[in-house]
Amino acid sequence: MNINLTLIGQMLAFVAFVVFCMKYVWPPIMGAMQERERKIADGLAAAEKAEHDLELAKEKSVERLKEAKQEAASIVESANKRASQIVDEAKQTAVVEADRVKASAQAEIEQEVNRAREKLRGQVGALSLAGAEKILGASIDQQAHSELVDKLVAEL
Amino acid sequence: MAGENQTVSEYIVHHLTNLTYGKLPGGYERYDGSVVADGGAWVMAHGGDEAAAMGFSAIHVDSMIWSIGLGVVFCLLFRSVARKASSGVPSGVVNAVEMIVGFVDNTVKDSFHARNSMIAPLALTIFVWVFFMNLMDLVPVDLIPHTLMLLGVEYQKIVPSTDPNITMGMALGVFILMLYYSITIKGVGFLKELTLTPFNHPVFIPINLFMEVVGLLAKPFSLGLRLFGNMYAGEMIFILIAALFSAGIMWLLPAALMQIGWAIFHVLIITLQAFIFMVLTIVYLSMAHEDH
Repeated sequence: MNINLTLIGQMLAFVAFVVFCMKYVWPPIMGAMQERERKIADGLAAAEKAEHDLELAKEKSVERLKEAKQEAASIVESANKRASQIVDEAKQTAVVEADRVKASAQAEIEQEVNRAREKLRGQVGALSLAGAEKILGASIDQQAHSELVDKLVAEL
Repeated sequence: MAGENQTVSEYIVHHLTNLTYGKLPGGYERYDGSVVADGGAWVMAHGGDEAAAMGFSAIHVDSMIWSIGLGVVFCLLFRSVARKASSGVPSGVVNAVEMIVGFVDNTVKDSFHARNSMIAPLALTIFVWVFFMNLMDLVPVDLIPHTLMLLGVEYQKIVPSTDPNITMGMALGVFILMLYYSITIKGVGFLKELTLTPFNHPVFIPINLFMEVVGLLAKPFSLGLRLFGNMYAGEMIFILIAALFSAGIMWLLPAALMQIGWAIFHVLIITLQAFIFMVLTIVYLSMAHEDH
């Protein structure tokens, strides 16, 4: 337990090891640790941001979905409206067409009736003339009596 | 045990003697009766008396080898980790080393507030190196000394921190740093601190100077002697327990239990002492940086 040169030797060794540690050990280890710390912090921040973004995206998608539903509903509604409109229109045209067809048919019938009546009238005239001729047995002056017949025909 | 015919006190003394290489003064009568020639001679000391006669011009070969060897182990281990260090995922020994580095860095940040890039590496070196030196205390006391004795090496103390030269050498290194930073950073302020505190009056300068210088000198002494005292006492108890093994067969079990108990307790002490040495170094250097 004597104090001797060991003291000096230890002091020199101490200095040497401290210098070595300061130059070659501490900076790389500390640098790596700080770098990792920074990376982790960045990673955590990125994760947080991503989570936030996800939240936003979710909100947005919900909104979009709602919008789309509304749009779809309105489209269906307007389609329904349009459909009933078309049906109404078709009904109306049908009614109009039917009326038109009916009218033309009526007109035709009337025409036909008139024509038939004219024809009938003519034939009745001739027939009554022939009948009268037969009844009288004599030849009647067709000219003298035609006035009478015409009057008769007009009465029919 | 070293030597079959030793008494217990011889055994203990043998264990507490360093392997010393030094210069014996001229005219000294050696253990074998030979007389050292005039002008002295550099020899390996044989026993404590010769080592004492060498005075300051001697060196504890065992302390130096173990101390520097452990320092080299520290440097190689941490350097290999520093090479591998990356910001990727750490594993294995890198993890352990980074944990120690982080721990030291936190301790330094907690108690050292000035800016000095030397303090943290200094603290790391002190902590790990002192811990390694203390760790040698847990090696069974006879294992290495007795093995070396069979190889012809007479004395061997394998725990460098039980040598006051080692602990005081480090403490003096810290002391020189303290003085250096006190003078370069405080300048005249350091002189004022020595002469005008705690009594701020010119009349009290001698008293102040005396008190402050004693206080200043007490720092390295307390630093070095605390570590030395703790480790020396611990080593001493290990030696006594080892001596107890030879006291008879019925002492075998109690001695074994004591050995285990003390070793477990000592794990705490060696770590704590390394930590205290580091923290006090940081605190002292922090005081050297702070201008009042």
